[in-house]
Amino acid sequence: MSAYSFTDHRFDVVVVGAGGSGLRAALGCAAAGLRTACISKVFPTRSHTVAAQGGISASLGNMGQDDWRWHMYDTVKGSDWLGDQDAIEYLVRNAPDAVYELEHWGVPFSRTPEGKIYQRAFGGMTRNFGEAPIQRTCAAADRTGHAMLHTMYGQALSKSVEFFIEYFALDLIMDDGVCRGVSAWKLDDGSLHRFSAQTVVLATGGYGRAYFSCTSAHTCTGDGGGMALRAGLALQDMEFVQFHPTGIYGAGCLITEGARGEGGYLTNSEGERFMERYAPSVKDLAPRDMVSRAMTIEIREGRGVGPNKDHIFLHLDHLDPKVLHERLPGISETAKIFAGVDVTREPIPVLPTVHYNMGGIPTNYHGEVVTLAKGDPDAVIPGLMAVGEAACVSVHGSNRLGSNSLIDLVVFGRAVGLHCGEVLKAGARQPEVNDAWTEPHLSRFDRLRHSSGAVPTAALRLEMQRAAQEDAAVFRTGETLRSGVQRLAAVHAKRKDLKVVDRGMIWNTDLMETLEFENLIGQAIVTVEGALNRQESRGAHAREDFAERDDKTWMKHTLAWFDDASGTVRIDYRPVHSYTMTNDIAYIPPKARVY
Amino acid sequence: MVELTLPKNSKVGKGRHYPAPDGAEKVRRFKVYRWDPEGQGNPVWDTYDVDVSACGPMVLDALLHIKNVMDPTLAFRRSCREGVCGSCAMNIGGRNTLACTHGWEEVSGAEVTISPLPHMPVIKDLIPDLTLFYAQYESIEPWLHTVTPEPQKEWRQSEEDRQKLDGLYECILCACCSTSCPSYWWNQEKYLGPAALLQAKRWLADSRDEATGERLDALEDPFKLYRCHTIMNCAQVCPKGLNPAKAISEIKVMLVDRTI
Repeated sequence: MSAYSFTDHRFDVVVVGAGGSGLRAALGCAAAGLRTACISKVFPTRSHTVAAQGGISASLGNMGQDDWRWHMYDTVKGSDWLGDQDAIEYLVRNAPDAVYELEHWGVPFSRTPEGKIYQRAFGGMTRNFGEAPIQRTCAAADRTGHAMLHTMYGQALSKSVEFFIEYFALDLIMDDGVCRGVSAWKLDDGSLHRFSAQTVVLATGGYGRAYFSCTSAHTCTGDGGGMALRAGLALQDMEFVQFHPTGIYGAGCLITEGARGEGGYLTNSEGERFMERYAPSVKDLAPRDMVSRAMTIEIREGRGVGPNKDHIFLHLDHLDPKVLHERLPGISETAKIFAGVDVTREPIPVLPTVHYNMGGIPTNYHGEVVTLAKGDPDAVIPGLMAVGEAACVSVHGSNRLGSNSLIDLVVFGRAVGLHCGEVLKAGARQPEVNDAWTEPHLSRFDRLRHSSGAVPTAALRLEMQRAAQEDAAVFRTGETLRSGVQRLAAVHAKRKDLKVVDRGMIWNTDLMETLEFENLIGQAIVTVEGALNRQESRGAHAREDFAERDDKTWMKHTLAWFDDASGTVRIDYRPVHSYTMTNDIAYIPPKARVY
Repeated sequence: MVELTLPKNSKVGKGRHYPAPDGAEKVRRFKVYRWDPEGQGNPVWDTYDVDVSACGPMVLDALLHIKNVMDPTLAFRRSCREGVCGSCAMNIGGRNTLACTHGWEEVSGAEVTISPLPHMPVIKDLIPDLTLFYAQYESIEPWLHTVTPEPQKEWRQSEEDRQKLDGLYECILCACCSTSCPSYWWNQEKYLGPAALLQAKRWLADSRDEATGERLDALEDPFKLYRCHTIMNCAQVCPKGLNPAKAISEIKVMLVDRTI
């Protein structure tokens, strides 16, 4: 590939992605005195963290008594016991300090009359181990992610993080199982770059765009997961895809769960507040998987609203307009623009919409990527870390609670910074990057750039998105999943016939979307294969042919490897950690998950 | 010599026409600025006759439709598609706005004309170079400055003090305002522009910040702040309904107040 040449860079740490977790990790590494680069395909404040609305969970107790143990119990129960309890303990115990840190950096949190951080109710967050809903979710109106992301970008500017903006990461530089860096394509001048580092941190977010209708941004293409699969690494628990109950019907834009936290409720075509039947104690504030299933059942049984009876209403019209104005201004605007609805008068038409990937690159609670190797289920991949939605720690297990993702970003982003500060030595020697390590990156890039088949990338991407949407939905069966496996295999095979029209190197978005599609398709395939393989129902994975949770057989994490050449998936397992981090709390044993 | 016309290499020529597919139900013409940095030619206007019955209601939906089924080479930035990330700012029908929240039916006239944000260097098609814009944002030091040791928990801030940030913190850095400001067009090397100044005010207005004096010192300059001539284009175009001109005038008041 002599037609291309790389510009080489050397850092102690390279963070890929500049959303909430990437910025927090980069900040921590830079603060620890490590030379840190942060590369991102979009300007940092355009990362999808910006779209997070409702808030960030932490047991501050500003609205009444709270306890990290209650937060832990809720998270474990929300995860349907698939979460690793050592990591969950790490998350909830570090959550309050992580939120105070954000506040000290300037996040414009909403306030209580005493001037403390305002906290609102959210699904699955309860007082005293499930007794009743609690206000635990710290909010900056309904723009919490925006407020956090802009604040953290400002902090990163005040530290010495070196940003490489609008660089598209291509592949991990691997040397016999050790990660040595990452290659990237600079969009504004078309040059190619190699970043070598003692540690690469993947903070690339989720792969929501594998589905047709999602709340995720166009850029949520799981580039880190795609790179990991190509590097021969396994992804974990990919069958667990969260559907958010309240995406706007048609447009798919998110309406925060905080809308229900502030008193909103769902109704069917009979005007019934049907969640009372499904979750008598917490009603509309049940976890997302349960609400999405309840909505789907209502629609299936003919009680959907609208001319086609195919969606549900979310009511905010009974709320004080002052509350809407102060606490929910963003979604009031979004509902107006995308549904033509004045929320003070009319209900919002909503539908469960793909929102979050519980699965991802398996890590321990320091952020180190782990795998199953030679019988060791916690074998660390040297030089590689992952954090945020791209990672699977796993604190969310089979179903994430709302507002637990923003806290995941900052707690584990911070953990990465602390761990790198402890184990890395600034300026330590690194091996020269060997051209042989990056030759496959160039040949793949060049092959895709010159794709001259008959199928446009957009057409093949649509075929993938439709298959995922139809065959791996809120409810799955062996039949739909087998169909999904076949349809996605057909999409994978058609890649040979891809057509890329733009041949340029500068801002070639045709090629960039093709590279993103490559990242998506592998993850879509392991998602559907993992779902077909898991013969039980747990959290967001609801099999109609295996309706019960089966702890005896399935209390384990799925690991899936993908062979891109043959399109085949290999599945193995890691045990769920049946222990906590400290002796301050005992392992919470599984029981029936009712609300 | 004063240059009264565009330089030769900036004159926009006529480009390709992409007809609507057979059987299109409802056709709207989109006239889009194209420039390929790797080609030899001048920029051109391509026209796309889009079957708008096959795409969503927003200008971004039409652009995605063009890219997906008519012309994959068209380059533009986009991400969240719901008006919070600020990626898809462009000039639509003569007005800077976000393609994702602006309906094509809102654009009057036969054609929907789309060009990059004005008076910025163009990298390709609808993608402007925002390097200077970002550097100006960085220059106002958009982070909390404190000297008092941090409390164990949060800084206390009253609801009234928190309200002073409303209308300021919501900025999405889309650059619609700055690139609609004639004063910024003329003096963008020296004038910070409405977006950066709105953020300057955001930190000046924060009751937790302890660097008001230093922040004002940094702005007291004939160009950085005082090139705002209250033309108000910024407030006209802001897709989030913010008012940078008001924030700028409030900074000017703060500067006057501290001298008397």
